[in-house]
Amino acid sequence: MKQELNTLEETVSGDYKYGFVTDIETDVIPRGLNEEVIRMLSEKKNEPSWMLDWRLKAYRHWLTMEEPKWPNVNYPEIDYQDISYYAAPKNKGKLKGLDEVDPELLRTFEKLGISLNEQKRLSGVAVDVVVDSISVATSFKKQLADIGIIFCSISEAIQKHPELVRKYMGSIVPATDNFFAALNSAVFTDGSFCYIPKGVRCPMELSTYFRINTGNSGQFERTLIIAEEGSYVSYLEGCTAPQRDENQLHAAVVELIAMRKAEIKYSTVQNWYPGDHNGKGGIYNFVTKRGLCLGDYSRISWTQVETGSAITWKYPSVILKGDHSVGEFYSVALTNHYQQADTGTKMIHLGKNTKSRIVAKGISAGYSQNSYRGLVRAGKNAAGARNYSQCDSLLLSDHCGAHTFPYIEVKNATSVVEHEATTSKIGEDQLFYCKQRGIDAETAVALIVNGFAKEVMNQLPMEFAIEAKKLLAVSLEGSVG
Amino acid sequence: MLSITNIHASIEGKQILNGINLSIQAGEIHAIMGPNGSGKSTLAAVLAGREQYEVTEGAVTFLQKDLLEMSPEDRAREGVFLAFQYPVEIPGVSTTNFIKAAVNEKRKYRGEEPLDAVSFMKLMKEKMAMLRIDQSLLSRSINEGFSGGEKKRNEIFQMAMLEPKLMILDEMDSGLDIDALRIVANGINKLRNENNAILIITHYQRLLDYLQPDFVHVLYNGRIVRSGTKELAMELEENGYDFIKEEANLITAE
Repeated sequence: MKQELNTLEETVSGDYKYGFVTDIETDVIPRGLNEEVIRMLSEKKNEPSWMLDWRLKAYRHWLTMEEPKWPNVNYPEIDYQDISYYAAPKNKGKLKGLDEVDPELLRTFEKLGISLNEQKRLSGVAVDVVVDSISVATSFKKQLADIGIIFCSISEAIQKHPELVRKYMGSIVPATDNFFAALNSAVFTDGSFCYIPKGVRCPMELSTYFRINTGNSGQFERTLIIAEEGSYVSYLEGCTAPQRDENQLHAAVVELIAMRKAEIKYSTVQNWYPGDHNGKGGIYNFVTKRGLCLGDYSRISWTQVETGSAITWKYPSVILKGDHSVGEFYSVALTNHYQQADTGTKMIHLGKNTKSRIVAKGISAGYSQNSYRGLVRAGKNAAGARNYSQCDSLLLSDHCGAHTFPYIEVKNATSVVEHEATTSKIGEDQLFYCKQRGIDAETAVALIVNGFAKEVMNQLPMEFAIEAKKLLAVSLEGSVG
Repeated sequence: MLSITNIHASIEGKQILNGINLSIQAGEIHAIMGPNGSGKSTLAAVLAGREQYEVTEGAVTFLQKDLLEMSPEDRAREGVFLAFQYPVEIPGVSTTNFIKAAVNEKRKYRGEEPLDAVSFMKLMKEKMAMLRIDQSLLSRSINEGFSGGEKKRNEIFQMAMLEPKLMILDEMDSGLDIDALRIVANGINKLRNENNAILIITHYQRLLDYLQPDFVHVLYNGRIVRSGTKELAMELEENGYDFIKEEANLITAE
């Protein structure tokens, strides 16, 4: 039995496939953070003065704030002066098309399984690619523009669509919202911007691929998606980073707004470098994601598959302001080795007859700690609000931890809130049963884990569901005890 | 096909099997009977390669290969199938997906391509019809919430899909009423042919009314103390195990 445990522990050692560094010329500003750095950054991006003012205001507020200590995670203090806040692949002049992208960079993305070449791409997916601090390419822009959809980097949006950016940026996650959101507001460098006009159903998946390449740099991206009345968009983000011994900070902000009868489906496959088997290195993923169902009958749905990062701290939330609006959160968080995740959601019911659904699946292996933290709040006026939450944990070793912190606040008499939770462990009996059918331990664990996560995986767009399924298997490679 | 020589096995230091010898040829049905605690299920577990059991002495050859050298999954891929006394529930994994994984692992082991979805479904349909298995059973999570009878039928269905060489049935009749028993036994009879063999492990004789064994062995204190034909099972049914015990104790005393 002991021996069995060891073999299983050994098979845990799935190696991170995306840990390489691309050797490209990079424009990096010196480490450190002060107003001068922010000015320099804003200037490099040729930003209008209102943007710089907004950043400085955020920075000044950030200085007054303290890093949150309530999450169930442990890490040494971050030295914010030891991070470079801007790193960008160097370019000669402005890019006119994908042909002008540095071939080394194109090869990087081929290696990651993402072809930027539109002919070779999966049909029906438009991609924006962000390396370190800047967006390097966006595909299918023209086709989308023909039906009025704007899909570009946030930097481009600041230049070309300032009225939209000024109106909505910070309206859902204010610059003062929390420590990391304030930091992001001060130093965000790039991200994606999507605008779906009234009545338009976006005909393809929009996706952004984030890649941290440069060492000692942080990635602070900002994404803003606006869905006008009766529109629909499905958006997906993916992320990877090289394998490094030091920790790197990723502090993103994502804001979504859905008008009347609009629907936004936001999916994340997060695979930042998780650190090595002893917990050395890895990305600190401190992210604020929030959607606002502003109009009646609007719908926002978050789906996340979190397998990477040394530490994950994120709570994609929905504010259900419009009457009859719907918020959903589907999550699979997998932690292995010494990874720590404190993740969940907030569903804030403000409008009448609003509905929310939470399905969170935590998988813990190795020595990892996996926490679900969720808040369901029904306000005074949220008559008839309904929530259903389900939190399931699957333990794959004797050393890992699974924790659930559900918070429920109901301020009216007609709301119905349901919470269900289960914890299970893959047992020796289950594994032996599989083996007796010719299925080895590794395949058996993948089968069981995918079965456990199925309800969430089914929410992902098809092409990505297959990828995500493989990712779960790779991240575990048989970690049972 | 299977040759067991002087097998001794223990669990957590406790000796259970004390020198078992048994030889099974293709096309044969053998039944192992014996009182509770005689080591019947241990023998099944040892053949399947359950890690908790330690084989301290002896050898097992299966189709000219050293069975004890093989991992449990390789034994299965070589054609050893154990129908469990208590089939395990695996929530979230549909019976269809589970069987598909098992079938394809076996094919991979043999250097064959995995079955495509169409061929797999065709095979499923064929075996479902043969064993009168209901479609709804297969879309449910494996064994989860199955009744005793459903679990056993599911074991037989998996057996049909994997077409093993050696089928070990551990207490197949436990927890089954007479109708369910008949259905399960009929299923097993349909899977019989001259190229495979069946090892039935049972406490009672009643399963043997449906599956006619060629040989019956009585296990007591980790040893086969008597071997015979179907008549031996009848005798046990009539007289119980006591006379065997007395006989065996007498021999040990000498």
